[in-house]
Amino acid sequence: MNKLRLLLSFFLLALPLAGKAALTIEIVGGAAQQIPIAVVPFAKTPGTQDDIATVVGADLRRSGLFRVLETRGVVNQPHDLPEVKYPEWAAIQAQALTIGSVEPLPGGRLKVSFRLLDVLKQNQLAGLEFNIAASQQRATAHKIADIIYEKLTGEPGVFSTRIAYITKTAGRYALQVADADGFNPQTVMSSNEPVISPRWSPDGTKLAYVSYEKKKPIVFVQSLVTGQRNVVANFKGNNSAPAWSPDGNRLAIVLTHSANSQVYVINADGTGLKQLTFTTSIDTEPVWTPDGSAIYFTSNRGGGPQIYRMASTGGDAKRVTFDGNYNVSPRISPDGKTLAYIKQDNGKFRVAVQDVASGQVQILSDTAQDESPSFAPNGRMILYATSISGRGALAAVSADGRVKQRLSETGGDVREPAWGPAAN
Amino acid sequence: MNKSLVTSVLLAMMLAACSSKPVKNAPVVEDKSPAQTTTSQSSDSTSTSGVQNSSMSVNPLTDPNNILSKRSVYFDFDKDEVKPEYRDLVNAHAKYLVEHPDAKVILQGNTDERGTREYNLALGQRRAVAVKQVLNLQGVSDKQIETISYGEEKPQAAGSDEAAYSKNRRADIVYQGE
Repeated sequence: MNKLRLLLSFFLLALPLAGKAALTIEIVGGAAQQIPIAVVPFAKTPGTQDDIATVVGADLRRSGLFRVLETRGVVNQPHDLPEVKYPEWAAIQAQALTIGSVEPLPGGRLKVSFRLLDVLKQNQLAGLEFNIAASQQRATAHKIADIIYEKLTGEPGVFSTRIAYITKTAGRYALQVADADGFNPQTVMSSNEPVISPRWSPDGTKLAYVSYEKKKPIVFVQSLVTGQRNVVANFKGNNSAPAWSPDGNRLAIVLTHSANSQVYVINADGTGLKQLTFTTSIDTEPVWTPDGSAIYFTSNRGGGPQIYRMASTGGDAKRVTFDGNYNVSPRISPDGKTLAYIKQDNGKFRVAVQDVASGQVQILSDTAQDESPSFAPNGRMILYATSISGRGALAAVSADGRVKQRLSETGGDVREPAWGPAAN
Repeated sequence: MNKSLVTSVLLAMMLAACSSKPVKNAPVVEDKSPAQTTTSQSSDSTSTSGVQNSSMSVNPLTDPNNILSKRSVYFDFDKDEVKPEYRDLVNAHAKYLVEHPDAKVILQGNTDERGTREYNLALGQRRAVAVKQVLNLQGVSDKQIETISYGEEKPQAAGSDEAAYSKNRRADIVYQGE
């Protein structure tokens, strides 16, 4: 049992965003086999405030794949290779050990050194130095955690990624972007009218979203670099459900004109509209496969809503969900092998995954009003929206269902999460 | 002075003022000051500003004694059929629109909170389209009608029970300028 509660607001005092509540992350469960790792506090000189090792340890713990060991009982606290006494770390059952230091450089910059050591083999798995601005300490800690994660699990880490979500506080909607650990929330746009369906461009520099600020749903694309935004689709009726093509040049969108929702494709600059579905039913929630060849979407053409797949040029669609009478909001894993969606199960709406090849379905979440599933860029976790004590909250579950996290905001409702792409 | 003109000019100014704060990759992003997007009331289906003809002493669209002041059509669970008890209401609006070819309506579909936002947006649209079809049958031109959906975003009643849900499965008839 592995329960952790991080009160993140403390750290915000150091940021120019005081007053903004951050997400609080609670972890329930963990992988069957967690890697025991000792993360020794970094040596630091006065003037370097954040403890990088604390951030690294929190990242690793949050993944559910690591057991971060208590190190205070160990007499020697090494910061560089010659000081390491491996038997002391073997004695507390550490398989891996990280050590490091932070030293000031001229011009207010910092030198961060870190090593990842294999306690059993008594050798170094990774060693890196970073020359950073003082403001980059958390980002550097996430990079270090990514390196440790990849060395020890064989998969890329996602600690340096960002998430987008919508908050609703006192009747006002805000589209926010934060680090994957809930820190550094930034407001991208806000409105008194609903905002839904934020989607990251594949390069992570833009968000597409649906805003009701003009009393109807309109699709916008906004640059996170310059803040500039453009209307991509403002046709008669609804404009919604944007989904980026993998090359970032086009968006699948849903328009109604004067009838029911249908799937279209449009260039990211709003030109070149092309209709893909031609039915009198609902066709919505398109999402591209990673290779760009196909689009999954939700349709009620067979009665209740089910998930279908068609070529990204349109044409015949093939039904892919058969279990249950309500399967919506398809998302495809980065490797294209797993489909996540929301399934109604005995009146409860839950995150389910389906193996694309075999069609086998597994319900992952134990919450009841789940929406908006979103894969981490390494495919390991699925972030989603749910309701906890009547309030909108975010949660995450590992693709094998073992690790569960709950992220709640102190101020109001949080909904519509989208996990951003891997940082380059 | 035409009140609706004033309202729409104000609205346009507020919309023009509505823009997003630039976000840099660097951390500092301020929240926008609260009053930038449109006012929240004006989407309220019971809002009372006049549409046209302000010389009339009583606006039939807002006169509580006139059926035209009733604007919500309620639907059964998972249904988009306009029930017989709402035919008179919808027909009265059809008659008004035929007699006032310059008047325009936005039909706003809505759902209860169950299910996902984008699918509910699509479900709400079906309800707006259902009301539109009744208007069309009575001779109202497509040019006078826009159908949109708020999905589950604008519940008329709070709460997670059937009493609230039945108020939220609806289509609202909103005249342009209201």
